[in-house]
Amino acid sequence: MSWTARAEILERLRTARAVDAAPVTVPREYRGPGAPPPLEPTSGDREPGDLSRLLAGRLADYGAVVRHGRAADAPALIARSLRACAARRVVVPPGTPAAWAAAVPEPLPDQPRLDVTDLAAADAVITTVAVAIAQTGTLVLDHGPGQGRRELTLVPDVHLALVTRERIVAGVPDAVAAVDPRVPLTWISGPSATSDIELDRVQGVHGPRRLVVILLDDPAS
Amino acid sequence: MTGPFPPPAPRGAGHLRGEAPFPLAAEHALADGQLRRNLRRATRTIREKRAHAVAELADWPQLRAAGAAIKDQVLAHLDDYLLQLERQVTAHGGIVHWARDAHEANQIVTGLAAAAGATEVVKVKSMATQEIGLNEALAAAGISAVETDLAELIVQLSHDSPSHILVPAIHRNRTEIRDIFLREIPDVDPALTDDPAALAEAARRHLRRKFLTARVAVSGANFAIAETGTLVAVESEGNGRMCLTMPPVLITVMGIEKVVPTWRDMEVFLQLLPRSSTAERMNPYTSTWTGSVDGQAFHLVLLDNGRSATLADPRGRAALRCIRCSACMNVCPVYERAGGHAYGSVYPGPIGAVLTPQLTGVADQPTLPFASTLCGACYDVCPVAIDIPAMLVHLRSRVTAGQAAGRWLPTAEAAAMSGLAWTMRGRRRWTWALRTARLGRLLARPGRPITWLPGPLSAWTASRDLPRPPRRSFRDWWARR
Repeated sequence: MSWTARAEILERLRTARAVDAAPVTVPREYRGPGAPPPLEPTSGDREPGDLSRLLAGRLADYGAVVRHGRAADAPALIARSLRACAARRVVVPPGTPAAWAAAVPEPLPDQPRLDVTDLAAADAVITTVAVAIAQTGTLVLDHGPGQGRRELTLVPDVHLALVTRERIVAGVPDAVAAVDPRVPLTWISGPSATSDIELDRVQGVHGPRRLVVILLDDPAS
Repeated sequence: MTGPFPPPAPRGAGHLRGEAPFPLAAEHALADGQLRRNLRRATRTIREKRAHAVAELADWPQLRAAGAAIKDQVLAHLDDYLLQLERQVTAHGGIVHWARDAHEANQIVTGLAAAAGATEVVKVKSMATQEIGLNEALAAAGISAVETDLAELIVQLSHDSPSHILVPAIHRNRTEIRDIFLREIPDVDPALTDDPAALAEAARRHLRRKFLTARVAVSGANFAIAETGTLVAVESEGNGRMCLTMPPVLITVMGIEKVVPTWRDMEVFLQLLPRSSTAERMNPYTSTWTGSVDGQAFHLVLLDNGRSATLADPRGRAALRCIRCSACMNVCPVYERAGGHAYGSVYPGPIGAVLTPQLTGVADQPTLPFASTLCGACYDVCPVAIDIPAMLVHLRSRVTAGQAAGRWLPTAEAAAMSGLAWTMRGRRRWTWALRTARLGRLLARPGRPITWLPGPLSAWTASRDLPRPPRRSFRDWWARR
């Protein structure tokens, strides 16, 4: 047989699925995007609309540090958070608000691109997020303005993320609907972790050992 | 062309066929007290956490039904979805390769790594690359593969094999791991303790330089979106993100059944997989990428290796729905006792018992469909509703039909069952047989079970102990009462 692998695999699949193939319809009766926040049997009472509080709780469950404030407080909160981590050299992605960058002791702009040694020597990185999922405590980065390329939130040991209220969605389906899969995405749920040794959870393996999230809870205008 | 079409995974490469059949391998594993203790603790812990994570979602049954249906939809049009995936990946600057089997996939990856001038590649934990034995193939070409998942690193440094698909080094204790690190990692701190945090830190230091300097990374994929050409990889440690972003060349090896139709389908699987697998609301990191990103060269290798043969069996094909969460292992009474190594395949546990024999052809793994009590716990927890017990029974019939067709002599089990039927049809024969059975007492020492029977009956005692027959049968006792 001188078939190419591609032609032969396709022929195999057509032969195989010819055996008793039935049409399939996908039932989508689960909670979809835009539906009211999910009811969780184990989470107790919760008012609709307090997604910010739910997100904060879920992040804390992962061992992330959560701080709250108004947008106007952001620079002060950034400075305080970095001091608490003893972080001085901080990677600042393109598109970071100037007031935030000004709160950083030693900003490392990624323009031009930092090389890996500079990146490895940085203490922290500061970013926004594309979407935050309240129900799972997940930050989704699409690496747009204020987030930077993927390595920036991977190599430094502290990731400081700022989340504004309008970026928070209820569940996974809302986040899937809100982002564009054609650009690379990084979904972050707590600090990097492993349970590979006797199932003991260890925080911080190859990614940042500390995740600090500042929730900017300005009332909706 | 000879043999069945589509053909099963060929022999000679990869890790789908063990050195010993399940009953022999399990007997060995059952004697290992540490393995059994570690497995019991691990499986119990994970299954309790998982039950909690799943109970939190009120719509879990609906998500499960959708997950199963999406996968069935994929299987009904697998060729179309693969072609769509190929078009999208290519349109976004990636290069797609097709591999009929393990040999071909290994050749492709080895060739790409060599062309990139690599003598070392960094690897993300991947079932597909374990299945094809990629590390051995790379080594034969003078390229060393560095496993970067902590558990896989432990397994690799100790020249061992994984025992669980989620926590592959669960058979190792912390002090063993410290000793492995002290022996195998150059420049490791000689004062290294067995604290898991210290061990993780040692792995972090060991691997960091490799991540920053590697020219080639090899990964698997959890999902591939036909509609957009997007690849999805879930992980915990960040080693996956390192491999996916740092090296200038990325090679992803993926079983052809991993394709899903649309990006929207991720709203189902990104809920089913983490909760069912690590029992988390979400795993720490999920990366998605489409084609070539930031100038990195991207190659996607689509692997058949027996999957099309599995698809050809309408009563077995649902095994291809599997998203490799490992929930079935953690509830299985057989897995909990025998452990992962006994299955002789990279896919252990209940899913392995149905998937492996289909990938290899049942003739090459005839004992695996019998490695189950058919209790059904695996079906209950499966996030894509694979009816593993029904599939096991179906595969058992394929095994026995194959054996009957291939031999003149019936198997010991078939002979025993038909002999028993004849004996029980005659009252005198049955009474005689029960009395004769007492002779069986001679085969057992007092208080011990019978572990060996003569002749063809040895097939029965190869995997089971017989109780010592009682001095007097119930019938005798009743008659003389």
